[in-house]
This record gives sequence, C-alpha cells and structure tokens, in this order.
Amino acid sequence: MDAPETPKNYLTADYSIKSWLLTVDHKRIAVLYLVSITAMFLLGSAFAAGIRLELLTPRGDLFTSDTYNKLFTMHGIVMVFFFLIPSIPAVLGNFLVPIMIGARDLAFPKINLLSWYIYVIGATFAMFAMITGGVDTGWTFYTPYSSWVSHTNVTATAIGIFITGFSSILTGLNFIVTIHRMRAPGLTWFRMPLFIWAHYATSLVMVLGTPVIAITVALVGLERIFHLGIFNPQMGGDPILFQHLFWFYSHPAVYIMILPSMGVISELITCFSRKSIFGYSFVAISSLAIAFLGFIVWGHHMFTTGQSVYTGMIFSILSFAVAIPSAVKTFNWTATLYRGSLSFEAPMVYALCYLGLFTIGGLTGLFLATLGTDVHVHDTYFVVAHFHYIMVGGAILGYLGGLHFWWPKITGKMYPDGIARTAAIIVFIGFNLTFFPQFVLGYMGMPRRYHFYVDEFQVLNVLSTAGAGILGVGYLLPMFYFVWSLIYGKKAPANPWGATGLEWTTPSPPPTDNFAQTPVVTEDAYSYENLPVPTRASAV
Amino acid sequence: MIKGLPLFPEQASTVAGQVDALYFFLIAVSGFFALLIAAAVVIFAIVYRRRATDTAPRPVHGSTALELTWSLIPFGIAMVMFFWGASVYFTMKYPPDNAIPIWVTGKQWMWKLQHQTGRREINELHVPVGRPVLLTMTSEDVIHSFYVPAFRVKQDVLPGRYTTLWFEATRTGRFHLFCAEYCGTQHSRMIGSIVVMEPAAYQQWLATSPTAAATGGGAAAADGGGKSMAAQGEALFGQLGCGACHQAAGGALGPSLVGVFGSEVPLEDGSTVTADANFLRKSILEPQAQIVKGFQPIMPTFKGQVTEEQIQQIIEYIKSLKATADNGQGQG
Ligand code: HEM
Ligand SMILES: [Cu+2]
Repeated sequence: MDAPETPKNYLTADYSIKSWLLTVDHKRIAVLYLVSITAMFLLGSAFAAGIRLELLTPRGDLFTSDTYNKLFTMHGIVMVFFFLIPSIPAVLGNFLVPIMIGARDLAFPKINLLSWYIYVIGATFAMFAMITGGVDTGWTFYTPYSSWVSHTNVTATAIGIFITGFSSILTGLNFIVTIHRMRAPGLTWFRMPLFIWAHYATSLVMVLGTPVIAITVALVGLERIFHLGIFNPQMGGDPILFQHLFWFYSHPAVYIMILPSMGVISELITCFSRKSIFGYSFVAISSLAIAFLGFIVWGHHMFTTGQSVYTGMIFSILSFAVAIPSAVKTFNWTATLYRGSLSFEAPMVYALCYLGLFTIGGLTGLFLATLGTDVHVHDTYFVVAHFHYIMVGGAILGYLGGLHFWWPKITGKMYPDGIARTAAIIVFIGFNLTFFPQFVLGYMGMPRRYHFYVDEFQVLNVLSTAGAGILGVGYLLPMFYFVWSLIYGKKAPANPWGATGLEWTTPSPPPTDNFAQTPVVTEDAYSYENLPVPTRASAV
Repeated sequence: MIKGLPLFPEQASTVAGQVDALYFFLIAVSGFFALLIAAAVVIFAIVYRRRATDTAPRPVHGSTALELTWSLIPFGIAMVMFFWGASVYFTMKYPPDNAIPIWVTGKQWMWKLQHQTGRREINELHVPVGRPVLLTMTSEDVIHSFYVPAFRVKQDVLPGRYTTLWFEATRTGRFHLFCAEYCGTQHSRMIGSIVVMEPAAYQQWLATSPTAAATGGGAAAADGGGKSMAAQGEALFGQLGCGACHQAAGGALGPSLVGVFGSEVPLEDGSTVTADANFLRKSILEPQAQIVKGFQPIMPTFKGQVTEEQIQQIIEYIKSLKATADNGQGQG
C-alpha cells in the first residue's frame, strides 16, 4: 500500500514507541488513556462477572467469603477510581477540549503527559496490592474496619488511590487554564459547546475535591502504619469522621463521573436532531450549579449513622435541591428533540438509551434523598441499583456514545453503524435486566455486600445475573467492531455527521497542530440552521 | 428452593405502613415522570424522524416560561417528598416514653442482646407484639448496622458510642435481622431473627430459664444466674469499687449517682450535659474527658476492666437508682 500522499496527522507523524511514550500531544495522550482505561474496564468487568456468578445461588458456593469480599471491593475500586473517574475527561476531554476551543494543545502539555504517568503508577500500585493479597474493605473504606481491623492490603491500595488522585487534579487544572486562556478568537463563554462547559465544571470539582480524598486515604494509611487514633474509637478517634471526609469528596466525585457524560449527551442530541439545544444557558449554568451543590450534600450518605434529626433534614433538603438541575437538563434534552430532524446513527441510539437509564437513576435518587424511605433502603441493593443506573447506565453510556461520535475523528475510520446500534440496544436491555431487579431486591431488604443471602432473594438475583451476561455481550461488541474498523473501516471524512463545532472543521484524524490556521468563531454553538446536511451514506 | 417472584416485604411494625405509603407515592410520581419522558422521546423519535436531507429544522432556542414551569413544579413535588419523608423520619427517631429497653452489642460476627431481666440471647431477639421496644446499641469492634426489613428500620451500630433504635411490632412471627453495614469476612452471616410473641408468651419466655427455652435454631446465650441486669450491674459496682467514691448520700470524692440518669449535669468548664447512656459510658471509660462541676479529675479509667455488656449492666443499675431511692427525683 502506498500511503504517502495522505498528509501527516497526529497518528502517522511518527511510529516509534518512544514517540508515543514521550509525546506531549494531547491527542496521543488521550489514546494512551483510552488503552489504559479499557484495560481497567476489562479487569473490573471480570471481577463483576465473578460477583454475579457467585450470587446465582444463595449459598456462597463459588468463592470463600474472603475472596468474595475482595472481588466486590476491587471491582468497586477499579471501576470508580481507575475507570469511571478518568473515562470521559481523560480520553474524550483530553482529545477534544483543545480542538473544540480552537487551541493547538492544552495549556500545559508536559503536565498532561505527567498526569498519564501518575495514573499508570497509581494503577500499578493498586494492581500490585491486588495481586499480593487484595483488599476487602469495600471501595468506601469505612473505618475502623479499614484502619485497623482488616488484614488485607489496604495501605498499598490507599497509596495507589492517593497517587492516582494527582493525575485527576493535574488534568482538572490543565482544563481550567486551557478553557480560560486558549479559546479561539470569537469563542465567548456563551458560545462554547456544552461539552466544554461540562468539562469546566468537572475540572473545578476535580481540583477542589480530589485533595480531600487524598488526605482521607492518607489518614487511613497513617493510622494503619503508625497506629494513630484518628478513626479508632478505642484510642479516642471518631469512626464517623472518616465518613464525612470520604463523602465530602466522593459525593462530588459522582459528579466527576456524570457531568462529562451530560456534556457528551448535549452534543449528541443536538447533532442528531440538527437543532440548537433547548435552553442553552440553563444547561450550561446548571453544570456549575450541580458541581457546586454536589459539595454540600455529602451527609445524605449518612442518614442512618445516628447523626441528629436536624442534620438529616438539612442534607435531605439540599439533596432535593441538587436533583432539580439534573431533572431540568433531562427536560431540555427531550425538548430539543421536539420538531427536530432526528436520525438514529449509533451515537444517537446511545444517547437515547442514556436518557432512559439516567432518568431512572435520577428518579430513584429521590427515594434515597427522602429520609423516611432511605432508612429502609440504605445499604441495600436499592442503592446498588441506583448508583449503577447513574454511573454505569449514565456515565458509561455517555462515554460509549461519545466514543462512537468522535471515533471517526480520533481514528479517521468509520465503524459499521448497524452493529453499533444493535450493541447499544443490547446494552440497554442487558442493563435493565441486570439492575432493575436490584431495586426490588433492595426494597425486599437484601443488604449490599452479601456473599450469602436468604432464599427468597434468589429469583431476582438469577434475573440479575442473566442480565449481566447480556450486558457483557453489549460491552464486548464495540471492542470488536472498533478494532475491526481500524483495519477495515472506511476512511472518515472531516465531518461525517454534519455536526457543528470546531473539531469537525479539521481533518480526521487531526494533524498534530490541530488546525492549519487558528479558527475564528463567528456564531453560537449548534447553529445547525446554517449547515448543509450530510447524506446518510457517509456513515457506513 | 425458589419461592416465586417476591416484590414486596411483609409489613410488621407501626412504621412499616407509613414507609410503604411514602414509597408508593414516590413510585407514582417517578413512574409518571419516567413515562412522560419515555413517551415524549418515543413520540418525537417517530414524528420528527429525518425525512428530507436538505432542510434544517427551525431552531427553538428556549422558553423562559416553560423552563420556570418545569423547574418549579418538580421543586414543589420535591418539597412534598421532603416534608413527608422528614415526618416519617421523626416518627422513627423519637421513641415513645414507655418503650421496653433492650441492650444490643454488635461484634464480628454476631448480635448479642440483653433484656432488663438479665436474660441474654445471641442472634435472636424476642419481643412482645404491640409494645414499643427501644434498643440501645454499641459495637465491640467495627461499625455494624441493625436492620429489620419487615419493620422498615435500620440503625448503624457504632464502636465507642451508643445509638438507639425503636420499633413496635404489629404481628407475631419470625422476621429477618440483618447486618447492613459491611463488617468483614462473615458480614453476610451476621444475621438473626426477631421473634415477635404475644405479650403473655413473652413474659413467660422472659421468666423461663434460658436453657429450657433454647430453641432449635437459635443459640440462646445463657447466664446472668437469673439476676436482672441492674442486679448484675450492682454486683459489678461493688466488685470494681465504684461505691468507694460514688456514695448515695453524696459528700464523697465523686458525685452521687442517685437520680443522675437523664438529668442535666453541670460540668467544670461551665457547660452542662445530659447524663444519658453515652455520657455514663464515656465517664466509665474516659473519666477525664468531662469533669462534673465541683469534683477533682481523680477517677481512674475502667477501660479494659469491663466489657461492653458489663457497662450496659452498670448503666442499668445507675438507671435503677432513681427508682429505688426515695428522693423524689424519679421521672420518665
Ligand atoms: C447526577 C446524578 C447522580 C449520581 C452521579 C449519583 C451517584 C450516586 C452514587 C455513586 C451513590 C452511591 C454511593 C455508595 O454508597 O457507594 C449514590 C447514592 C445516593 N444518591 Fe445518588 N446519584 C445521582 C443522582 C441522585 C439524585 C438526583 C439524588 C437525590 C434526589 C440522589 C441521592 C442519593 C442518595 C441520598 C444516596 C445515598 C443513599 C444511601 O446510601 O442510602 N442521587 N448516588
Ligand atoms: Cu456487621
């Protein structure tokens, strides 16, 4: 094959391994992240498969209790800290933030590379902890169990999470400075794509929140090593203090996972409806509102700890307050479809499935924010179902939708649309079959983190495991056709979907410098009325 | 083995019905909104599917009136949920005055329970139907959580402090008791049952000797030698030498404990504290933390000398001091 006539892009600029490992190009770093977090996702999924298989029967007949406890702990840690938190920001954000604002790179390209290395080192540490004994505290690390009772590798895992946190802080910092300083001429704040707004809000949470979790896990590590009495009540420590510190970060952290996917969905819905988003400024500002309110609702994880009735009431009412902007975003997306010109390529199918799952996840949050019902369902499978709907249903579908949308841009190749749409539908069906029964299980009273359970919960658990099988197929399919597309896929045009946004004005894949000349922005985001409509044929 | 498809746990306490009513309200509201959005998406997807490739739809940039409406209506509904939820929570949190006190100690991986009569049990709690029961709970090691799905109640059980939980069972039977806070290897085996009995049967059960009553499945922890918790506490009070300083008459090295339970105690630093179970427990284990006004910080700690269950007996004894002493201090 003779390729030389194609101009060089960021992928073909240099083929050596060294050029990848020492790259400061945000696009290549995004690809490095893509490969690393995909590996983490596969690992986390393997743990999940173990959990679901064990729960087919009420007797713990597949693993010992210790192994089972390590499985759900490592599943949670890998998925939350090493997959979900970095997913959209580190892959899609890294690739797209500079391009979407018309910049050549992020503000600090070397720091960007550093953040990938920090991520890899942190992940390696945590993997080391898992190979050499595992951890069994649950991803929430509640003290005093984690700080002096558990005999597993808590310290090494905590160090891994501590290190990885810096990667998140650096990425956030980089995005904030880039968005402030490097926007193309004419790209005012209220012309920015909503994807950028979402990343801006997410970055604020990353920078302000992550140090808190770093300090928290460091304290657990210190208490274990030096036998301090920070959380240990036998030494005058306060076990509940840990929960305050932990949720002060980890509640906002759930918004690190979901805000970027809200940004992605806004892009997808406008593109495939060929319409400007309904209520742009509300959707933009609500990202900031969610980020801010997310910091003051942590106590809703603690309604049953014995905190005072009034504390409970304050956290409850604040939680309802944070629900409103999320609800209204959903209405805005739906209203955007109204009188649009809707087409259903794979990214749109992912977006619509996201709408369904996110709605269920958000609405069930109301059951948890309501004091009277939370007491009963707290720490049961109801909560497990709720956060999987939001994080796995919402965040991962957003990530997959975004990956399908920008895959042609990232790789320059088209994937087969039909099978991609089928995969989205398989994920949607499998997901609901997996997690919907868990709401019922939770209300029935099945506590979370149970290796053995009472017989009457079995039917629902079997349904859930069956669903997980289907879901697994849905998740594996994209891996195959994406890889397939790299070899056999049609070449992608610059703008296969006929979308607005600067990223579609540069070739696919983009050249190392992103743009031949710095673009000038003259119109609002999503001015679809001024754009020619592509023919469906450009997508395979 | 497979028992049909369950959707709904049985209702066996006075709050269960209230929680369920709230739950159905929430299901109705969220069902409505979920269907509304689903219907809108499906209908729009069909009606507005792309037909022509050359025309772009007219943009609709927004409508402040519409946005206000769909922000304010959910806000109003959310406030209904909030107040309703908070009122149910209030009911759950404030026990009636006449509740039967029972003490609970969580430990990896079992529940230990003591009745006032001195009767003790493990992983099984017998209570009478139609009478409120107040549990005062602590843990010997990590955090556990006392959860009875049929009663719709749950409360974390913390090391180093007492938390309380009350319920009133509405029907007899045997109900699951789970530990709902992950507590290590055997977390999922830290389960037991609540046995709700007719009041007469319960009285009889309390009175019979533990060995005689030991049921097949439940491991009834015998002992107490037939003595009530307060009597056992009194014996400990003597053995540990507490009486040397805390004399009933007062005027000794330590404050008199008669009538102290539930009273407001003035402290050296000028504040006051309610002498509840938490205060008494702390005073036994960390006497220097809060010094009662007018006394020297000379009390030694009894940490390591008494178990959590013995502390509970001592507290029961101190509680009983107001009833036995005829100084007229007794009040609910
Ligand atoms: C952006 C959407 C949301 C995300 C990303 C999210 C995520 C999560 C996660 C990860 C947890 C579980 C943490 C754990 O214990 O492991 C959780 C629990 C909870 N969520 Fe959400 N959630 C969202 C929406 C909502 C909404 C709209 C509400 C309130 C109206 C809500 C209220 C709660 C409450 C009260 C809990 C604690 C439940 C308990 O432990 O008893 N969530 N959420
Ligand atoms: Cu437990």
